[in-house]
Amino acid sequence: MSVAVQFTEVSRLYGQVRAVDQLTLDIRDGEFFSLLGPSGSGKTTCLRLIAGFEQPSSGSIRIQGVEAAGLPPYRRDVNTVFQDYALFPHMKVLDNVAYGLKVKGVAKAERLARAREALSLVALDGFAERRPSQLSGGQRQRVALARALVNRPRVLLLDEPLGALDLKLREQMQGELKKLQRQLGITFVFVTHDQGEALSMSDRVAVFNQGRLEQLDTPRNLYLQPATPFVAEFVGTSNVIRGELARQLCGSTQPFSIRPEHARLAGSEPASAEELQISGQLQDIQYLGAATRFELRLDNGQNFTVSQPNTHWSLDAPPVLPGQRVSARWPRAAMVPLREAP
Amino acid sequence: MATPVTAQPREQAGPVRRFADLLYRKPTLYLSLLLIPPLLWFGVIYLGSLLGLLWQSFYTFDDFSMTVTPTLTLDNLRALFQPANFDIILRTLSMAVAVSVASALLAFPIAFYMALHTSGRTKAFFYIAVMLPMWASYIVKAYAWTLLLAQGGVAQWFIDQLGLRFLLESLLAIPGVGGSTLSTSHLGRFLVFVYIWLPFMILPIQAALERLPRSLLQASADLGARPAQTLRLVILPLAIPGIAAGSIFTFCLTLGDFIVPLLVGPPGFFIGNMVYAQQGSIGNLPMAAAFTLVPIVLVALYLSVVKRLGAFDAL
Repeated sequence: MSVAVQFTEVSRLYGQVRAVDQLTLDIRDGEFFSLLGPSGSGKTTCLRLIAGFEQPSSGSIRIQGVEAAGLPPYRRDVNTVFQDYALFPHMKVLDNVAYGLKVKGVAKAERLARAREALSLVALDGFAERRPSQLSGGQRQRVALARALVNRPRVLLLDEPLGALDLKLREQMQGELKKLQRQLGITFVFVTHDQGEALSMSDRVAVFNQGRLEQLDTPRNLYLQPATPFVAEFVGTSNVIRGELARQLCGSTQPFSIRPEHARLAGSEPASAEELQISGQLQDIQYLGAATRFELRLDNGQNFTVSQPNTHWSLDAPPVLPGQRVSARWPRAAMVPLREAP
Repeated sequence: MATPVTAQPREQAGPVRRFADLLYRKPTLYLSLLLIPPLLWFGVIYLGSLLGLLWQSFYTFDDFSMTVTPTLTLDNLRALFQPANFDIILRTLSMAVAVSVASALLAFPIAFYMALHTSGRTKAFFYIAVMLPMWASYIVKAYAWTLLLAQGGVAQWFIDQLGLRFLLESLLAIPGVGGSTLSTSHLGRFLVFVYIWLPFMILPIQAALERLPRSLLQASADLGARPAQTLRLVILPLAIPGIAAGSIFTFCLTLGDFIVPLLVGPPGFFIGNMVYAQQGSIGNLPMAAAFTLVPIVLVALYLSVVKRLGAFDAL
């Protein structure tokens, strides 16, 4: 499989701050690739390095095999969907979409035809003559998408494009983006801080923290086999057990992660050999509909979360009440050993 | 069990507080109280006196007795088209257009640099540099320029040092542009006008460019536009409201000015000098009023042209 974008030991410094620190990764041709991390983790800087709005302080970035460091944005075969959409307010929608073709000298009839085609790709056929200010947020989003796609880029960069949309629209756009990506076969590089979004849409996810790549894997592996405490806690929720408590439980101080849904509240029966048990005071019960979350305060002061599916349909009272002392159990096999961050 | 929320007993409100509450409940009353004083001022003192003046342009002036009689006539307006008067209008209008165009050309790069490439202290420095000349009386500045441009003045010295005397002399020989010296030429008057009104052009353009989201420039580059294309297709169209606003300043201020034409440049009245002369020394208020009408009509025409060009669409 060929490589769409290749980072080799790329750093971007702002004064003393390392926004991106010695990053090496490959983005494969045709995949849906997400850059996930909290704000300030370097994911947006990475995207801007690919687009050419930033230049690396050191290292090499190759786009489709061509060295891109030093190239201005207008010489790169990538297009960006901006977080604020960045539509040109003085042009109607059709001219916005045709802009990229216009500056490349495509003849008027052809560029307008292709712009209309791109608009129908994002289901905005009737909106060509409107101004961006006459559109809703979701429609502007689609125009921004059409404007980028009309250039048929090899790589499409999306900078938190769904951040400004409300929940329902966001979920709908997630589905549509994924469908478009499959249909067009273009490499999508998607920046988000929403781990649910990254997991549900991506082929592979790169998790960033403080300018460094923490882990790069498929959503499934990322969730089931987090490599570091940061990934375990940022992607989904997790109970990370460290130090003395870890030694008491399994004889080693190496930290490990246990997902709340892999643990359960235990009854009075003795634990089997394959299971580990921990006890604490029940602090809070959150009823979430499909599941119930139990927050335990362990004896060492740490919190421990257990999530149990609500598989029963009758209106039973919860089996336990806050303030009670309860035990949680999980199979040894569900524990994921973590490597401490250097 | 939550305690039921009981209404607190209303404390006795003073008249000021009750008035404030009333204003809060009736936003229209609040707005009209705010707007009535300035509207009265604007309507009665400003527009009223202006309309009163314009009305007088229809009065009759008796050349013989030098008196004004309130007999309505169109003679004054007709007189504007006599060659001597029409010359004054053309001279003023062409200067106003030339000054506006030159100011826009000079102001745009400065405004562009200020808005997109400076921040913090550098931006403050530029603001002060642009506005500082406005702190000095503009009559003083105009006088200063007469000295700078005079025969044997600083400007000429510089030109001589550069060995460009022949260029200056050939410029001054062009009819309609030149004159006997720099300070008595149309060119000199033009330079002084551009100098004096330039800040009024820089600031609106700078404000327009300041509002331009940086992401638009990045989007343009991202879509393949070279910097020159971004300038032509994105930055300039979005700066046009600022250029229009600035040109309204420079255009109107030049049309109405009478100090600079008095101090710098060849003999020959501008509209402002004519108004001054007519109502001051001659006492022909109706003719002065008729001349006052000219800039108003020209500016109205200018605004409608600018509006038709779409300058205000992006506002």
